[in-house]
Amino acid sequence: MIDALILTILMTSVPLILAATGELVVERSGVLNLGLEGMMLMGAVSAFALTYTSGSLLVGLLAGVISGCLTAAIFGFFVLGLATNQVATGLALTIFGTGLSGLIGSDFVGKAVTGLPILFPESFSNIPFIGVFFALDIIAYLSVLIVFIVWIFLFKTKYGLILRASGISHTSSHSLGYKVLTVRWCAVLFGGMMAGLAGAYLPLMLTPHWSEGMTSGRGWIALALVVFASWMPSRIIYGAVLFGAITIMQLAGQARGWTIPPQFLSSLPYIATIFVLVLISSRGSAKYLAPSDLTRPFIASK
Amino acid sequence: MFYLVPRNEIPLSFRITIPIISVVLTIICGFFIFSVLGYEPDKALYHFFISPLSRVDKIADLFVKACPLMIIGTGLVLCFRANIWNIGAEGQLIMGAIFAGALALYFPNTQSIWLLPFMAILAFLGGAFWALIPALLKIKLRTNEILVTLMLTYVASLFLDWLVRGPWRSPTSFGFPLTAYYPDVGLISKIYFPGIGYISQLHWGVIMAILICLFCWFTMEKTIFGFQFKLIGDSPKALRFSGFNESNTTLSIFIISGGLAGLAGMIEVSANIGQLQPNISFGYGFTAIIVAFLARLNPAAVIISALLIALIEVGGDSAQIALAIPKVVTGVFKGILLFFLLAGETLTKYEIKYNFNLQSKTND
Repeated sequence: MIDALILTILMTSVPLILAATGELVVERSGVLNLGLEGMMLMGAVSAFALTYTSGSLLVGLLAGVISGCLTAAIFGFFVLGLATNQVATGLALTIFGTGLSGLIGSDFVGKAVTGLPILFPESFSNIPFIGVFFALDIIAYLSVLIVFIVWIFLFKTKYGLILRASGISHTSSHSLGYKVLTVRWCAVLFGGMMAGLAGAYLPLMLTPHWSEGMTSGRGWIALALVVFASWMPSRIIYGAVLFGAITIMQLAGQARGWTIPPQFLSSLPYIATIFVLVLISSRGSAKYLAPSDLTRPFIASK
Repeated sequence: MFYLVPRNEIPLSFRITIPIISVVLTIICGFFIFSVLGYEPDKALYHFFISPLSRVDKIADLFVKACPLMIIGTGLVLCFRANIWNIGAEGQLIMGAIFAGALALYFPNTQSIWLLPFMAILAFLGGAFWALIPALLKIKLRTNEILVTLMLTYVASLFLDWLVRGPWRSPTSFGFPLTAYYPDVGLISKIYFPGIGYISQLHWGVIMAILICLFCWFTMEKTIFGFQFKLIGDSPKALRFSGFNESNTTLSIFIISGGLAGLAGMIEVSANIGQLQPNISFGYGFTAIIVAFLARLNPAAVIISALLIALIEVGGDSAQIALAIPKVVTGVFKGILLFFLLAGETLTKYEIKYNFNLQSKTND
C-alpha cells in the first residue's frame, strides 16, 4: 500500500522535474517563459495522437518533444526576434496552446493507449524497501539524468557559464562577444523540448488517455518549482517530489477521511513558492537570486 | 538576418492601425486553421464574428460578457502603463466575489437597499487586499510581482473552492458545491427599457463598467494623479525628481487594479449567477490582459476592445452550437490576437532592418 503511494508520488513528480528543468535553463539565460502550460499541452496532445495512430510509443514521445519545441519556437520568434514583452507573450502562448491542443485533441477524447513499460524486470520491484524505485519507466530515470546533465552543463562547462552570463547581464555578455540571442534561442528551444516531453508523459504514463486541459495547472506548478529551487537544478528533484507528494496526499487524504481540507494542501506549493520568493528577495545571497536580466528583452546596439 | 533599431518617434498612424491590422490578421489565421482542421472556414467565421452581431439580444449578450473585461481591463491598463505586472487579476476577482458574498450570505433575509453598495465596497476591498500582498512585497522587499500575483490566483481559487464545498455550502444544495442564493437586494437587476422591456441579460453592471472606463480615462489623461501613473512607467527617475513618492504610486496602482478586479467579481456573481460556486470567472482575469493590450493601454479604448474580445467568446459559443467546433478554439483566437498585438507593439517602438550581407555581419 505504502509502496503504491510512493510510486504514484514519484510518477507525479516526473513531469514536474522535466518541465521545471527546461524552464530553469530558459530562466538562467534571462528569459521567462510563462507558456509552460501551453507547451506541455501541445506536447501531450501530439504524443497521444501519434502514439494512437502509429502504435509506437517512441514515435509518440518524439512527437511530444518536437511539438513542444515548435511551440517554444513561436515564443522565441516573438520574444527574441521581435523583443516583445515576455510576460504577455508567455501568457499568449498558454492561451494559444491550451486552445489549439483542445482543438487537435477533440477527435481523441475517450480513446486509450498502453503506457510505457517498466524498465526493469518485475522481480526487481519485489525487493523490500527499495523495490519501488525499480518500478518506474525509462522517462522517470531519464528525468533525473537530465537534471544531472543540466547541472554539469550549467556549472561545470564554458557554455553553461556563457548561458548564465547572458541571464545575469546581457550587455556585458554581448560586449564580450557572445551571441546573447543565439544562446537564448537554444535555451528556449530546449525548454520547449523538456516541456513537450513532460506533456507527453501525462497521456502516455500518468493517465493513459487524452482530455482537454489535462495538465491541470502542472505547468504553473513547474514554474513555481523553478523559483522554489532558487534556480538550482538539484533542488528541482526534491521540490518536485515534495510538490508531487502534496498533490497525492490530498487525494489519499480524501480517501482516508482526513480533516485537513484538500484545498489547503493543494495551495501549499503556491504558498511555499511565495515564501521562497520573499526569502530570497529579502536576504538571499547573490548565488540564489533570480538571474538579474530575467524578462529584460535584449536588443543589440548597432 | 534582421535586427531592431529603436525609433525616435512613434508614428501616430501606427497607434490606430496596429490593433486593426492585428484583428484582420487573426481572422486570416482563423480562416487557415479552420480549413486545415476540416471545418468550412467561411461558415465558421460567420458564426464567430457576424452571427453574434445579427440580433439586438445577441449584442446585449456581448455587453454582458464584456462587462467584467472592461472593469478588470481598465485596472490592468493602469498597471501596465506603470510597468507593474499584475497578472493575478483572476485571483483578485475571486477574492472580491468572496468578500461581497460573505456579506450577502450573512444577511440572507435583509430587505435593505444598502446591501448592494456595501457588497460593492467590500468587493473592492477584497480585491485590493489580495493585490496588497504583492504590492507590499514589491515595495518593501523588491519581490517580483509577476510570480506572486500568479501564485495568489491559485490560492484564491482554492480558497473559494473550499468555502463553497465546506463552510458556505448551502444545506439545500443537494450536495452540490453551491452557496445559498443571495437575497434579492444583493442582486444586480436587468435594465428595463420603457416600451421594449428587458433585452436579454443586459444589466446595470454594464453601465457601471462603461462609467468606470470613462472615469479612469479622464483621471489618466486629465489629472495630475494620472500623470503620475504614466510617469512611473515611462521614467521612474523623473517621477522622483518631480517630488512624487514612487512607493505610494505603486501601492495605489495595485489597490486600484485589484479593487476593480474584485468589483468585477462581485458584479459577475450578483448579475449573472446569484450565488457562489467553484467556478465564477472563466478566466476573465487573464483575458483582460489581452483587452488591456488591444486597447493600446488606453482606458477609454478598453470599452471597444472588451467588446471585441467578448465577440470572440460569444462567437465561440455560437460556432460550437451551429457547427460543433470545440469551444477551446476561442483560446486559439485570443492567443493569436495577443501575439499580433505584441508584435505590433514592437513595430511601433523599433524599425526592423534587414542585413543579408553575412560578411559584414561577422565584422560587427
